[in-house]
Amino acid sequence: MIYSEKVMDHFNNPRNVGVLEDADGVGEVGNPVCGDIMKITIKVDDKDEITDAKFQTLGCGAAIATSSIVTELIKGKKIQDAVKISKRDVADELDGLPAAKMHCSVLATDGLKVAVDDYLKKHGREPLSGEIKSADPNFDPHADEDDDTEGDDV
Amino acid sequence: MSKYLDYSATTPLDTRVLEAMQPYFTEHFGNANSLYKIGRDAYHALEDARTRFAAGIGAAQPSEVIFTSGGTEADNAAFFSVLRRIAPDGGHIVTSAYEHHAVLEVAEWLGKHGYELSIVSPRADGRVHADDLQAVLRDDTKLVSIMHSNNEIGAINDLQGLAAVAHAVGAVVHTDAVQSLGKVPFNVGELDVDMASFSAHKIHGPKGVGALYLKRGTAFDPLIKGGGQESRRRSGTQNVAGAIGFARALELMLEERDSEYARLSVLRDKLLSELTGRLENTQATIDSGERLPNIAPLLINGVEGESMLLQLDNLGWSVSTGSACSSGSLEPSHVLLAIGVPQVIAHGSLRVSMGRDTTEADIEEFIEVLIPIVERLRAMSPVYHKMFGSK
Repeated sequence: MIYSEKVMDHFNNPRNVGVLEDADGVGEVGNPVCGDIMKITIKVDDKDEITDAKFQTLGCGAAIATSSIVTELIKGKKIQDAVKISKRDVADELDGLPAAKMHCSVLATDGLKVAVDDYLKKHGREPLSGEIKSADPNFDPHADEDDDTEGDDV
Repeated sequence: MSKYLDYSATTPLDTRVLEAMQPYFTEHFGNANSLYKIGRDAYHALEDARTRFAAGIGAAQPSEVIFTSGGTEADNAAFFSVLRRIAPDGGHIVTSAYEHHAVLEVAEWLGKHGYELSIVSPRADGRVHADDLQAVLRDDTKLVSIMHSNNEIGAINDLQGLAAVAHAVGAVVHTDAVQSLGKVPFNVGELDVDMASFSAHKIHGPKGVGALYLKRGTAFDPLIKGGGQESRRRSGTQNVAGAIGFARALELMLEERDSEYARLSVLRDKLLSELTGRLENTQATIDSGERLPNIAPLLINGVEGESMLLQLDNLGWSVSTGSACSSGSLEPSHVLLAIGVPQVIAHGSLRVSMGRDTTEADIEEFIEVLIPIVERLRAMSPVYHKMFGSK
């Protein structure tokens, strides 16, 4: 199992680490038993555009790298477009992820969806994504295993 | 200065071992089974290596040593070769929950193919207790395989006591001694085991070479069949250079064993006490009883093992972790789970394993390098303070 240079770059120099104090939306996903937890905070302006994002992640190299790149990808995007970013998009942006690590990119995209829904609910609007499995503390990452085959076999 | 701290994974070939092996690749290239002179020369060199190796493990006679392609083959042969003779149609076998995969996978396969498998758990002290083994043994137990020392946590089992309990019901006793060989006293006669597995590359010998000790009189149907080499117990043209390298590597380990035991134990204890003292929420996985001198097993709460490993790698350091993410699976180390370490904690395991070239200065520098890495990763975690608090 070998990580791409881009994964290692984002792991070694993670972008946007931290917590936005006056965040408009907060998402926390994953659980300590499976070992990966991600928290993302976002600022959203009155045109639904994400103006800032920060993350904190407990997890492996791939979990940190996928969190980092998601914060970069969503800045300047409308929330409606940001939640469409798939785990495949995240993996592609990082020049691929090993098959066994594909579930890490789900964590990053799920965290974002929870944060966006949190923002919408605070403003009395309908959530875009609804229930996110990995936001449940009893989330079982094995349940997603079949999808993992779309990773790169390295 | 050596930044390699993963000697339990593998070791560099000692130049003295290489020197002993070298002539047998080129000059003395003969097939040990040929009748003419270069064949006979190879045969004598191979048998000399067998005699020296047998002496190093306390075997009663050289013919009790079968050279193999490694520890994994020796473990496989121990199960399949003996069971095919003493219990060809199935029977009760016993192993422990924290064995190396070369034992555990074989035992579990047999458990699904006609054999009844009992798995005894080690206790929180990292050891398999005779009482617990006794509790799963039956009058018809055929084979018991318990490792001499564990590769992740370094705990040494009282094999003599375990073997006595197993022999009392008539079982054949095997032990995986890959991590113990040359590091701590290990004598097949004193322990009274029927089989033991060894690997050369863990003791500065070549990769691809191992050995199975098979006590005289133990029924055995060869795993690898063919030309009948190794006294009809392991076919295939012998790796003469490899066997010579293994014997030489063992001699060097034994010459230096007592002084290295003392030296490495001090380094291990220094590493464990400094890191557990200076890093909050950090423990030695086990820190008492008989242990390998060279393994320092750590549980560093609130960080994920692979992240530590990668950050250390960036600075040129090599260590191991039992975290799930490092193995590509979602489960952390079966060894840590077997001794009762919670999953949440097991994700932050680190195994530092030292060897011949490790100095006190290396350990001092490693401590200074690891501490800021742990602090940086904990600062990046969304749950560290919530879960573990802070001083």
